[in-house]
Amino acid sequence: MAASIRKKQDIFNLEGKFAKDFMITDLENVIQVQNLTHAYGTRMALDNISFNVQRGEVFALLGPNGAGKTTTIRLLNGLFPPSGGQMRVLSLDPQTQGDQLRRHCGVLTETPALYERLTAIENLQFFGTLAGMSSDILQNRIDEWMNFFDLSLRSKERVGNYSKGMKQRLALARALLHNPQLVFLDEPTSGLDPESAQQVHELMHSIRQKNGQTIMLSTHHLYEAERLCDRVAILNRGHLLACGTLVDLRQQFFPGERVVFEFLVPASDELLLSLTAHSSVLKVDQPSPNSIKIQISATNVIPSLVSHLVSLDAQIVAVKPYLVSLEEIYFKLQQESSQ
Amino acid sequence: MNTAIILAIARKDLLEIRQNKGAWVPMVIVPLIFVIFLPLVMILIPASMDISPQTLAGDSDMQMFIRNMPASMQQSLLGLDEMQRLLVLMLGYFFAPFFLIFPLMFSTVIAAESFAGERERKTLEVLLYTPATNRQLFLGKVLAAVIPGIGITWLCFLVYTLVLNTAGFGVFHRLWFPLATWYPLIFWISPALALLGISATVLISARVQSFMGAYQLSSSLVIVVLVFLFGQVSGVVYLSVLVGMIAGLGFWLIAGVLTFLATRGFNRSTLLLGDIHSKKR
Repeated sequence: MAASIRKKQDIFNLEGKFAKDFMITDLENVIQVQNLTHAYGTRMALDNISFNVQRGEVFALLGPNGAGKTTTIRLLNGLFPPSGGQMRVLSLDPQTQGDQLRRHCGVLTETPALYERLTAIENLQFFGTLAGMSSDILQNRIDEWMNFFDLSLRSKERVGNYSKGMKQRLALARALLHNPQLVFLDEPTSGLDPESAQQVHELMHSIRQKNGQTIMLSTHHLYEAERLCDRVAILNRGHLLACGTLVDLRQQFFPGERVVFEFLVPASDELLLSLTAHSSVLKVDQPSPNSIKIQISATNVIPSLVSHLVSLDAQIVAVKPYLVSLEEIYFKLQQESSQ
Repeated sequence: MNTAIILAIARKDLLEIRQNKGAWVPMVIVPLIFVIFLPLVMILIPASMDISPQTLAGDSDMQMFIRNMPASMQQSLLGLDEMQRLLVLMLGYFFAPFFLIFPLMFSTVIAAESFAGERERKTLEVLLYTPATNRQLFLGKVLAAVIPGIGITWLCFLVYTLVLNTAGFGVFHRLWFPLATWYPLIFWISPALALLGISATVLISARVQSFMGAYQLSSSLVIVVLVFLFGQVSGVVYLSVLVGMIAGLGFWLIAGVLTFLATRGFNRSTLLLGDIHSKKR
């Protein structure tokens, strides 16, 4: 772990001037999207969505296949014009200033999409040159990223011979090679082993901390999003179902507080009925025979609940606060949207 | 205009071609047959097997071919013996249209690999996410096809010249090739055909998903060559200097129109949305 962090520090200390050249300053919202709409023929891919992404944030786009995540990334990079709405990315208009904008963006697509007949170095040299990097800086950064992703020993090998995980790591190196201000990562840990996935998570954390880079992450891994992202946008069939921090989303969709009581023996029906009837309790669930999850209006009622349960001879072994996960919010919204 | 980006795109495409045997093997075999093997057979076999050139040159079709030749071309036969006349007719005139295959073949193979191949290997979208402008992407890819398209044709011409003059020295006792008709063919028509082949392939590549699909469709351009081949054999059209210059002008005009259409349709929106729609079909 320490070695990995040292490696990262080396990368971010490298060529500070280059990083500075690409730094966009005084931008609070690096992405501003208003009423963005896009249709492929008759199929609506995005329907009137609006959100902002702030500088230095890790922002996740969540949703099932066909939700509009990839279309959003394509539009934000100016690959084609939207059917309606407005966008500003790094204070630039993706449609009219796309070439300028893409100098500051790095994109990891759903599939690594590398030139498999070329070597890893040839791939990175090609994309670095297209990003306008000078050859000496490019060579240094190639060496550093190849080291970081443990690809140095096979850097002169054709990419077609690489494993899926190696290709994904090389594609990540390609996206980050020119030290972009804004990084779009579409399923960055797809195909990676747990160790490499952990390395990518650390990397995402580091690039934001060191260079203030903004990351837009598109993922199916809700745990990954919950752990790494400051804010999330949940999409379904082109509709924005919700957008905000996890705390915001909990308050919006799962109001109130939750607490879990664990008992030495299975909770009796009498205990459950008594809790349901209690004035401070809004809802009672029994996730397992020995535990009860209770929704309450505020945490200050917990002592009285404990006293109440003790008076009923309940053998409490633990009382834990329960935080609604992103997964629960996500599935609740997706189910409601489908209905 | 950032030439480094254009050159990087061209270099990358050429590196990829080098690794694709299916693309470059025909580009080596076909020239070997037309530039070295067949000329050697035609020069060396009649001598070694004692085939009488009078028999071949006296053929009625050959006589008709000579009769219908423009005066400027007939002059090149004056003072030659039967064997020399036979070689000038066969290798100097009949073979000329085959050289039009080279720029077409080389440029369409590379353009198909470069444009349709990028789509087939699903690397197109990543390329579109780079800061390269649409014009830089187009020029880089055209450059990757046009340089070998013209360069290898000229190299073939050089090798053909060496083979004909070396192997034919025993017959002519002097350097007899190239004939005047070859200059417009190689330096005027060939570049036009290379550009025509590339622009046609770009247009075709926008509508097909694979390298082979694009290559097979663009190969139909070889009809252009067949027109000259059969036109000349049947005594209707001869690739004289004048015809070469006029035909070249026509090819340049067609190539210009096709290039205009290809550049107009070559933008991120068309490339990517075309790709998305074609995947759905």
